Parts: sequence; structure tokens; C-alpha cells
Amino acid sequence: MSFYSTLVRYRDFDFQDFFARVTEERVDRALSAEILSPDDFLVLLSPLAAASLERMAQKAHELTVQYFGRTIQLYIPLYISNFCANECVYCGFHRGNTIRRKKLSMAEIEAEAKTIAATGMRHLLLLTGEAPAVTPIDYLEEAVRLLKTYFASVSIEIFPMAEQDYRRLKEAGVDGLTLYQEAYDESRYALVHKAGPKADHRWRLDAPERGARAGFRVINIGPLLGLGEVRSEVFLSGLHARYLEDTFLQTEISLSLPRMNPAEGDYQPDFFADDRTFVQFLTALRCFLPRAGLNISTRERAVFRDNLIRLGATRFSAGSCTGVGGYGEEKADAGSPQFEITDERSVAEVVEAIRAAGYQPVYKDWDMI
Amino acid sequence: MDDKLIIGGHAFTSRLFTGTGKFAARNWIPKMLAASGSEMITVALRRIDQAGTPENILEFIPKDVVLLPNTSGARTAEEAVRIARIAKAAGCGRFIKIEVITDMKYLMPDNAETLKATEILAKEDFIVLPYVLPDLPLAKKLEDAGAAAVMPLGAPIGSNRGLETKPLIALLIENCRVPVVVDAGIGRPSQAAEAMEMGADAVLVNTAIATAEDPALMGRAFALAVAAGRLGYLAKLAGQSVTARASSPLTGFLE
Repeated sequence: MSFYSTLVRYRDFDFQDFFARVTEERVDRALSAEILSPDDFLVLLSPLAAASLERMAQKAHELTVQYFGRTIQLYIPLYISNFCANECVYCGFHRGNTIRRKKLSMAEIEAEAKTIAATGMRHLLLLTGEAPAVTPIDYLEEAVRLLKTYFASVSIEIFPMAEQDYRRLKEAGVDGLTLYQEAYDESRYALVHKAGPKADHRWRLDAPERGARAGFRVINIGPLLGLGEVRSEVFLSGLHARYLEDTFLQTEISLSLPRMNPAEGDYQPDFFADDRTFVQFLTALRCFLPRAGLNISTRERAVFRDNLIRLGATRFSAGSCTGVGGYGEEKADAGSPQFEITDERSVAEVVEAIRAAGYQPVYKDWDMI
Repeated sequence: MDDKLIIGGHAFTSRLFTGTGKFAARNWIPKMLAASGSEMITVALRRIDQAGTPENILEFIPKDVVLLPNTSGARTAEEAVRIARIAKAAGCGRFIKIEVITDMKYLMPDNAETLKATEILAKEDFIVLPYVLPDLPLAKKLEDAGAAAVMPLGAPIGSNRGLETKPLIALLIENCRVPVVVDAGIGRPSQAAEAMEMGADAVLVNTAIATAEDPALMGRAFALAVAAGRLGYLAKLAGQSVTARASSPLTGFLE
């Protein structure tokens, strides 16, 4: 079994035709359902449902307060290498890019860890490019063991791995796996992942399942908004999350909606979700998946992020740097960043904004046990 | 009237237990405790930071309130046991609420793992309060294993649905020697009163208080409801009937 069989069922599905048939009554029915079916979810993602955005927001807010309280969990990313064997047309780490490549030594990782820990952050997300020859499992394992002495929770956002490698990292102390499918639509996926191991759509798609079997506590998935038609991509990521929830009862499933901004970078995405549509996606996901964590990264603007606190978000990154070795003092030596961050506030400033919204910033919600 | 609840040798005047999760700000916790008079509060060990983050949750709990650390996050008996030992070593006292959850979708407790953890921890000088689905044979096994109370759920955690498991909890109340504390699912004061009226020894309420607009006021509301329900139980409720009782019975002529 794999989520792939679900994906195949929707390969020829006519989303535009479905949306064209949505009526106001149908939106009402989807909004009043206690447990939403996939069709209800798709109705809430339709252009017509945008007219009911305020009602969707109210429902999403209510559900989020019920299941998560007024709290926002904090995490911070740490890039330890930007070497990459892939050619993803939208990514700063593309192997053809002449950027400053860097891989941190254990001593450098420790220096970064100390700087980050001093901000009060206790949940860390460890990232690399996809270059197993440069950052082999032994290196990653050593890095995780080191970081676990500084942080309560270490999650990974690296390349897809085999189950036995995930097991090794879990043993080393990793409790969460973040892996974005980027594009669920296979033809769109092939267009932007030109070469390298990442070109294998199916290997990536099945990775969260391998991670769940390896015993990670939290699995975080998502589409990269901009690569494929956004409504269907969000729909498929929601179905993916529900498939994982249903298949792996022991695993917490969460989602992110990283969004490309056409105003930044050299790559011009073919698709775009504006702020209003983004909020529709976020609130529709909350209605469909009441217990799923919803992450918002510093890709989004500070003001926009602050407003999402009351619209279903449960986790924020803060004080982020997407360069390699960017937290230390010698910023000039840092490896080039993967993408430009937009919310450049410090951890303390983000914490203050969360408090100002009437929410509790949560630094620590996990211990390795 | 002396109506203290005794658990693990501790005497509680308030029969409302509370929790520390989901508050908009941690400084609501002491205000809520003061307003509700709750004498025991549960806290997830995974939220306690011994490394010293800006806000240590334990600093918000007055010293005279009994800590009930819980094993939230545990997937197995072994993990629950490890968390309990860490909690005790961290100075959180002898009480432990065993919470073993293997279903992240509905957050149902795993009764089998909970029993195993109870068997181990009760032998280690813990005062063990297991959180379970209401199941009478299991509750008796928990008693035999040394549980200091049993904590059946009224409805799924955070659901605010009330006493959906009422008939099953009634069996526990009727048959258990140890106190029965209804934990999880109670969404409003009237539901807490209902649990107490039927003879529950205490209730534990977190979500409904923590997510209220005014958690201190809601804490007070629950305290009053719990006290009223308890008095109703002690005063022996009049029996109920679904049909009317005729004041001129049909068989009156036989008297």
C-alpha cells in the first residue's frame, strides 16, 4: 500500500469541472459537516467557497483553539550543508548554480547550536541539500547526536532515505521528519526536477511512509505552492495527510504550505496563491484535518504571519537563517541561502508578536523518551 | 461537613483537578488556580524545561498545589515508565498520571500499555493515576496493580462532548474501591456537575477552562459546579422516572 494508489485515482480527475459545479448550498454543507469527506474538502478549496472565507476562518479558529489551545509552537532551522546533486529549477542549491558551497564541521555545528540555543529555541529543524556523497548518513548521525545535547527536539528536512537509514537517525535522536513533495502532479514534478536523485517522484512520495514505519513521532508534509496548479496540489497534500493519519495512528501528521513569491528570485513560478487564497487553503485544511499541525515559515511576511495565528496556524519558525553557518558571527563566510526569508524578526520579536496576539509561545513540547 | 477526597494519603478539599495546557498565557495558570481553588494540577513532563528557557512552567504553579505530572507523549508502557522516573527525579513529587496514547487521531488511551506501566510504577513508590477508557475488568486489574485512582474519559480529549461514556463510568463508580476521577471530554460546568452527581470522586478539566475567554472565571464556574454536584450526590438524589407517577394509583383500591 502507498498513497500513490490514491494519487493515481486523481490523475485524470477534472478539477475545473468539479469547481464549476460547486454551489453555495454545497459550500454550506461542507462547512457544517463535522467530519469532512475529501469532496467536502475540495468544495472548500473551490473558487466559489472564497465567498464564505470569513465563515471558514471562524470555524478554523474555533477548531484550532479546541485542539491546540491558544498556543504557537516554535522551531528554528539549521542548514549544515548546501551541496546538492539535484537540478531543481526553483532552488538556490541547484547543482548548476555557482554559489558558495559549504558543509559545516562538527565544531562549526556546535558553534551554531550554541548561538541558537542562546535565543531560547529548543526545537531544531536540521537541513541539508541532497548530496549523500558529501553528507553521508554517518555525518548526519554524528550531527544529530551533537545537536541533541543542545535541543529537546531535532527534526530533519533532508533527502528521502531508506527505512533503515531513517531508523538510524531516529536512534541517534531525531523525532520528526519534514519532507515536502513539492509537486504531487507527476508531470509538473518532472518539469521542475530536471536531474539528480530528486527526479524520482515515487521515491520521494513514499518517504513519509518509510519514516512513519521507522518510528518518527511527527511527519510534516506539504506542496511547494507555485510548481503545480495550487488548488489541486493543496487538495492532494490534504489527502496525503489524511492517508498518513489513518495508516499510522501513532504518528502526528502536520502540513506546511511553503509559497513561492514571484517577486523574488530568478525562477518565475507558473502558479501563485495570493494572500486571500492562501488563507482559504489554510482554513480549509484545518476544517478537513482538525488535529493536524500547520506550520508557517519565515517565507511569509511578518504582518501576514501574525494574522495567521488566529487562522489555524500552530507552529512558527523564528529567527531563521537559510544559509549554511549563518547564525555565527562570521556571516561573510556563510554558504549561500536556499531561499530568501521575508520575516526577518528575531526570536524575541516573534515571541512578542505571538504574545500580543493573545497566544502562548511554546519553546519546548518534547523530550526524547 | 468533612468530605475530603483521599488519594495516595493526600487529602483534597477541592474535587476539581485542573491542567496546564492550552492557555493563552502561562500567567493565567496561577489566576485560574486561585479562582477555582483547585488543589491538584497536571503538567506534561515534555513541556517542562530543565534547561531553563525563558518561561519555566513550574514557576507558575503555587507551592501548595499538588503537581500531577503526566506522561503525555508516551507511546508504550516503557516510555511512560521512563517519563515518570524523570519527573520524580526532577522533583515533581510522587504523583503520576499515566497517559499512553497510540492513536494520534482521536487520542484514545491504550489501556493495555497503561496497565503495564501501572504495574511497574506502583511498585516504585509512585502514586499512580492511570488515564483509561472506562472498562470495568481493566479498572479492577488497575486496582490490583496498585493504582491510587482510576481516571476514565468522559469523551475524547479536548472534545468538550461531556459524559458520552456515562453508563460505563457508572459501572466503575459502583464497583471500584479506589476513587474514580472523570478525566477528559468535560466541556461545560453542567457536565462536571453531572459527573459528580452520579458519584464520581473528582473531575479533571483542562481544555474547557484553558480555552475560555476568561479561564479564571471558568475555573470558578467549574469549582462551583463540582461542589454542587458533589452535594447533590451526598444528599441522595430523588429517583427519576421516564413516566409520570399517578397520585391516585390504579392499584390503590387493594390497600
